[in-house]
Amino acid sequence: MTADMVLGHLFIVLVSVVLTIIVGVPLGVCAYFFTGVRKIILGVVEILQTIPAMALLGVIMVFLGAGKSTVILGLLLYSLLPVVQNTYVGLSEMDPAIKEVATGMGMTRIYQLIHVELPIVFPLIFTGIRISTVTAVGVAVFGAFVGGGGLGSVIYRGIRIQNMRLILTSTFALMAMAIVFDVVMAMIERRLQGRVSARR
Amino acid sequence: MIRFFELYGVRLVNAIGTHFFYVVVSVSIAFMVAMTLGILLSRAPRWANIMIPVLSVFQTVPGIVFIGILFLYLGMVPLTVITALAIYAVFPILKNTYVGIIEVPSQYKEAAKGCGMSQFQALFRVEIPLALPTIISGLRMSTVYTVSWAVLAAMIGLGGLGELIYAGVSSNNSALILGGAIPAALMAVLFSQLIDGLRKLLIPKPLRRDVK
Repeated sequence: MTADMVLGHLFIVLVSVVLTIIVGVPLGVCAYFFTGVRKIILGVVEILQTIPAMALLGVIMVFLGAGKSTVILGLLLYSLLPVVQNTYVGLSEMDPAIKEVATGMGMTRIYQLIHVELPIVFPLIFTGIRISTVTAVGVAVFGAFVGGGGLGSVIYRGIRIQNMRLILTSTFALMAMAIVFDVVMAMIERRLQGRVSARR
Repeated sequence: MIRFFELYGVRLVNAIGTHFFYVVVSVSIAFMVAMTLGILLSRAPRWANIMIPVLSVFQTVPGIVFIGILFLYLGMVPLTVITALAIYAVFPILKNTYVGIIEVPSQYKEAAKGCGMSQFQALFRVEIPLALPTIISGLRMSTVYTVSWAVLAAMIGLGGLGELIYAGVSSNNSALILGGAIPAALMAVLFSQLIDGLRKLLIPKPLRRDVK
């Protein structure tokens, strides 16, 4: 196991999480705005997460071939649920009084969304992002099977050559990565929550 | 399409059967273990405060590692897969059982005591029924995970739908990949629908709040 492998793993996770945010938050907003597509968006996102990761990667590989892009797209689809759902739930469960005030001040719908609703809901969205990130660290292990590299390939090699030390060190690196992400992001989350409730 | 079934039909049916078997057996074992431990922990919250974080750290170990390490010790037998999957499936159910029971509002527990129920009666007639929505969503999570991790059985040559996926990935045969991936996806969706149905059946309407 080299630092290269750890960085490769981190790279896949970070890219896919950034993409998840870019795709997920607008999808959540769409589900909130347009009642017609709400059921479809939430349903599809939920089914995507139900599909076994390996199966999802296999199907994507049919279209994109083996490589990092397959893993990244797979992780993106797989980790949409927490972000989309938290965005939608946060927006729809917000105190209606705040929305009325915003409308009363003459804000347009979009202005209101960007300057009032999303900032207030942000801590909840961030919780979704944290869950997505931690899940992505684990699921990225499957990337090894479709040529994505990362720590999965080290673990897989360890099992193949029956090298316990290799398996354990790479597993340990993986766990450490997941836990660090979880703890650090939980800390940020707490600060965000404190800020919003103080503003109220 | 027809050619695919002619070529791989038997293999596919076998793979679905094996996969289904792994999931059902390991989730059943996990369910029994997790319920017992969850109930025990709910009686000793002090222990739970240590156990739950420790277990959640273990949960970050990917399933492939469990299967890999057990494979080195137990060899290439179905027991390896079932043990690994069961270990993995315990945590979501255990955590939800514990949280569900702990979060039963104390007025109900007190009412149960006031009615003269014994500890056991209170547990089985009041606390567990009220915790059921949470427990079942834990069961659903575990089952869906298990369908997903059971794909890895093929990694150590023990069949299941993963076999088709791996064979397809390594020989670049798209039909074979899809032939393994689509049934696996359907199985996961089916199980999750089934458990949702079970939940509707078991839980009276007023108690059906949405728990995730």
